[in-house]
Amino acid sequence: MPNRPAFSNLVKTIREGKFVFTGELEPEKDFDLKHVLHSAEEMKKTGKIIAANVTDGPQGDAYTCSMVPCYLVQEKVGLEAIWQMTVRDRNRIALFGDILGGAILGLKNLLALTGDHSALGDHQNARAVYDLDSTQLIELISKMVDEGTDLEGNEIQGGKPQLNVGCAANPNSNPREPEILKVGRKVEVGADFIQTQTSFDVDDAKEFLKELERFNIPVLLGLFPIKNYGIAWYFNEYIPGVSVPKDFLDALKATKKIKDKKEKYAAIDKINLEFYEPFIKEIKKTTKAAGIHCMAVHYERLFGPLLKDF
Amino acid sequence: MIITKQKDIEEIYDMIKPYSKILVAGCDGCCQPPRSINEAKVLAQMLELKARSEGKELKWRAITVLRQCDDRIAATTIRPFIEEYDAIVSLACGLGVGMLNKIFPTILTFPAQNSMFGGAEINGENYFAEYCETCGDCLLGVTGGICPMAGCAKNLSNGPCGGQVEGKCEVGGYIHDCAWVKMWERLKQFNRLDLFTIYRPPRNYQLWSSPRFLHIYEPISNEEEQKKEEKV
Repeated sequence: MPNRPAFSNLVKTIREGKFVFTGELEPEKDFDLKHVLHSAEEMKKTGKIIAANVTDGPQGDAYTCSMVPCYLVQEKVGLEAIWQMTVRDRNRIALFGDILGGAILGLKNLLALTGDHSALGDHQNARAVYDLDSTQLIELISKMVDEGTDLEGNEIQGGKPQLNVGCAANPNSNPREPEILKVGRKVEVGADFIQTQTSFDVDDAKEFLKELERFNIPVLLGLFPIKNYGIAWYFNEYIPGVSVPKDFLDALKATKKIKDKKEKYAAIDKINLEFYEPFIKEIKKTTKAAGIHCMAVHYERLFGPLLKDF
Repeated sequence: MIITKQKDIEEIYDMIKPYSKILVAGCDGCCQPPRSINEAKVLAQMLELKARSEGKELKWRAITVLRQCDDRIAATTIRPFIEEYDAIVSLACGLGVGMLNKIFPTILTFPAQNSMFGGAEINGENYFAEYCETCGDCLLGVTGGICPMAGCAKNLSNGPCGGQVEGKCEVGGYIHDCAWVKMWERLKQFNRLDLFTIYRPPRNYQLWSSPRFLHIYEPISNEEEQKKEEKV
């Protein structure tokens, strides 16, 4: 376990040995954040979600920044935020400034990411920055939090920001060894926890978690409950390296025929519950995972029934 | 070699539209694919046709230069023709265009090419790949000879990122190799994963900031020369 204090409730709770759940919020091209705050409220109501990730321009799209929704989710909803920050759009100067600003606003968790390339997004002609990579971003945060300086060693006036920093790991990576070695570098420079990408294969996830054990830091396994067949199909077809199990996919496909909305929702929820309840139980029982990162964006209604026994 | 791609004829024509006498200069240097005398002639003829279609006369001469980026070679080759023409079109890379504009300040030189990258030719089939970004701080000694600057779309120092799938990169539709997976394969082959595993701190991008200059040998000033002679 790293020596850094647990500044966030998330890291505190993990260190107490509790199995935790985190959710995910996605601000898009929004001037109005009502839907983000509504989702956060629904998550909070379940009493099971300890914190929620707020994404930073996923798929390389130009979206509302992550910092402000993080602040509003904490202030207005009272749910702790996990501030996702990519190195795609900002150089080390801007990253430093934003991190300091977010820490002043009371953000306590930061997930350091490389970020999907801007060539995949809605501004494909943009100049991607990548001054630092995600590992170097963790080094920057370590310097700020542990030593109270910027990357060049210049002192931050008025105290050290209090942040816990997470990193990502991809259970779908193939080949896997370079991925594991990369995670090793991130841990070496000061990551407090790991949140993984989504996994649909329990055996594969268990194997991956086993491999991550050597780093001795908490790992939250990413899962992605799917709220309709279209998303599942898209995931299967267009997200390389991810394959949705055929039975799960077929079951979701069958719900397309159901006309009644309520009935349809119930059928979809049932499929997700049948798939994910045993999945989570197995992970909790047989691995050292610290929890589950449940990326059910806009699918908060599943959280209550899914997590009632945990 | 510098890999270039010719601009659309309309774009080149728009640049030289105000002029009626142009010198079209090819380059026999490292510019690839070849942009020599033949290419210069073809381009000049196309520009002439374009001008005629608009009812204008365009007088031209096509020449080629051994290397447009060498000031002495470029000056001696082009100077005899300068007086007769009111604009130059260069088929060289940006270095040649920049050089002609510098050594002939009284006449404008326009680019006929887009300079793409410093590339290597693969299989002799006019297929070029970028192996070096001239970043000023070569890492090839610790990466199994695979450049993370030229080979990785995100210029990562500590890859691979989550965007690689079965060794292919998310940028460009999973066609191109992930440089970091290639690097891992190669270093593993030589039992040098110690080099892969190591953390690389933030890079010094001052070395990669334009404009860049390099003086290999410091020139000796006249005063120093005199002192030396006095000593002798």
